[in-house]
Amino acid sequence: MSGLITRRGLLTGISALGVGAALTACGAKTGGDTSKAAGAQADTSGDTVKVGLLNSLSGTMAISEVTVHNALLLAVKEINAAGGVLGKKLRPVSQDGASDWPTFAEKAQALITDSKVVATFGCWTSASRKAVKPVFERNKSLLFYPVQYEGLEQSPYIFYSGATTNQQIVPALDYLKKQGLTRLYLVGSDYVFPRTANRIIKTYAKANGMEVLGEDYAPLGSTEFATIVNKVKGAGADAVFNTLNGDSNVAFFKEYKSAGLTAKKLPVLSVSIAEEEVKSIGTQYLEGQLTAWNYYQTTPGAANEKFVAAYRAAYGKDKPTSDPMEAAYISVHLWKAMVEKAGSFDVEKVKAASDGIEFDAPEGKVTVDGATQHVHKTARIGRITASGLIEEVWNSGGPIKPDPYLKGYDWAADL
Amino acid sequence: MTVILNQSFTGVSIGAVLLLIALGLTLTFGQMGVINMAHGEFIMAGAYTTYVLQKPIGDAGLSLLVALPTAFLVAGAMGALLEWLLIRRLYTRPLDTLLVTWGVSLMLQQLARDVFGAPNVQTTAPDLLTGSVTVAGVNLANSRLFILGFALLCVCGLAMVLRATPLGRRIRAVVQNRDLAEVSGIATGRVDRTTFFIGSGLAGMAGVALTLIGPIGPTTGTNYIVDAFLVVVVGGIGRLRGAVITAFVLGLLQSVLEYSTTVSVAKVVVLVGIVAFLQWRPQGLYTVRTRSLV
Repeated sequence: MSGLITRRGLLTGISALGVGAALTACGAKTGGDTSKAAGAQADTSGDTVKVGLLNSLSGTMAISEVTVHNALLLAVKEINAAGGVLGKKLRPVSQDGASDWPTFAEKAQALITDSKVVATFGCWTSASRKAVKPVFERNKSLLFYPVQYEGLEQSPYIFYSGATTNQQIVPALDYLKKQGLTRLYLVGSDYVFPRTANRIIKTYAKANGMEVLGEDYAPLGSTEFATIVNKVKGAGADAVFNTLNGDSNVAFFKEYKSAGLTAKKLPVLSVSIAEEEVKSIGTQYLEGQLTAWNYYQTTPGAANEKFVAAYRAAYGKDKPTSDPMEAAYISVHLWKAMVEKAGSFDVEKVKAASDGIEFDAPEGKVTVDGATQHVHKTARIGRITASGLIEEVWNSGGPIKPDPYLKGYDWAADL
Repeated sequence: MTVILNQSFTGVSIGAVLLLIALGLTLTFGQMGVINMAHGEFIMAGAYTTYVLQKPIGDAGLSLLVALPTAFLVAGAMGALLEWLLIRRLYTRPLDTLLVTWGVSLMLQQLARDVFGAPNVQTTAPDLLTGSVTVAGVNLANSRLFILGFALLCVCGLAMVLRATPLGRRIRAVVQNRDLAEVSGIATGRVDRTTFFIGSGLAGMAGVALTLIGPIGPTTGTNYIVDAFLVVVVGGIGRLRGAVITAFVLGLLQSVLEYSTTVSVAKVVVLVGIVAFLQWRPQGLYTVRTRSLV
């Protein structure tokens, strides 16, 4: 009897799977057909145009990406209040990438083909960006990517408004070298950004008289750091270079403190911990540790005061602003300026108009480099204070020209 | 030498976490034969209990102490409810319990997402547990010592209940021979529910302990459920002693491999080792040979 039921259940299951597969195949096919003309999917016929927001609203990356999503919504709201773009109001369409790279690719396709967005803003991890890159290229649709990353990439359909390595990691290494902290230990999450960043760090170290004593990777979302911290402690390093992403940082710094390590004894320089993460990891674990970014909530200037005030008004007095949020916020404004210069939403025309576009950003003036589709940005090193904010201890004095392939650096020749 | 001792302590502390999360499962999966995929969500429920209690109580130490029994009751009640609603109808079909409880686990994760929000949250550890003590050059993190002590306390408690109390005798009787237990006047249904209550409650307390290590999220339990099943299966299903030994051996193995290779390689090697071990001893480390169960 039970055998019969199982068999019947199995048959139902198999036929359901078959139908599902057939439907998926149809979907894929339609997607392919509509992607022939440049930006053909974008619907600009009405009074409003849709813009896609693609962030992890759940999962291990949500701790960081929800804030980026908020900043994107704030920029959209500001632009709408000022009359929209080319006389059309923006309608944000949010999709949840759920910290899962295949989901990101699926949702990107859905934004382009189903929602017919004119441009998409979002992604955080390089893994998610790599997953959606072919989708945007195939459909000739634009993605604005707002987070610092490992460089060595240039897609004709992606604009990068966060830092590339020569605007964050290289200045951070220069800073450590100047402080005499030359023996490094590398800790990172096990995926593309930390591995590539560490490859660059090791090449830099070799050419600049620094030493890398060890490198360790933990799976994204991992919470077990006892061994890694033991290794770090025993290595005799001067500083730790931390490329952990998401809330693994919580477990790492808890363990770090339990092991009796402090910012004084063995400083950690992090490139993925900003004000929002500091708040949720807990200042007691982070006070005195270093970060490298292009923007801090404490960055002086009228544009930043306005940005911080607007963000607080929208999301609450106790909500901090951070570098990726700022890069997301400016990406929408930069896109608006490009569209207005081009006089059209057409992707190719927007790209052609991008070079030299300027915006008075909270981090200071930023300029789009049309050749690389990156942005000129000022590098800043900061120290985490007891209040949970980050105070700047060094900056590059002015915007640095983006160099994603590190062509301007002799030591990076064989990367 | 210090390195070896340090790593041994790390291994023992990983083992303690494994033991805590597998303990409840030894009871529900091992003794009752229910493949409870929602076990991880009971762990999550315990972790969120700590989070919820911390706000009104304020003091981190006190809230941890209050959270332990509360999490036991909360997760235990969820387990008893699950048993009463669904599992008691499926005792003759163990594979179906896998599907049903997996469905429940997905629903509970979504519920957590709706109630607490999708981003993970953190609790504050009491000051006493954030530091560490150094013994003979070995750095012992207080939070790890606490988890180790607590895991051992739970094992002893569970062993006592099973060996020395009337409830323990009834549980063992039902597991050995349900029909005979029934005609001897034991209310087997009630015993089942109590067993499930205790097993799930232990998961809840494990969740409280996990808040000392990392962040809490809707998928907190999922991260640990595979490890928990491994411990129970390798230990020999239903054997408390097997689970204890397995948990510590796996913890030590993991920490030694992590130190000499990388985290990912260590995970792979441990899994391959387990597969090889189960080829050699499919019944696990310990098996039920006599009529006594514990």
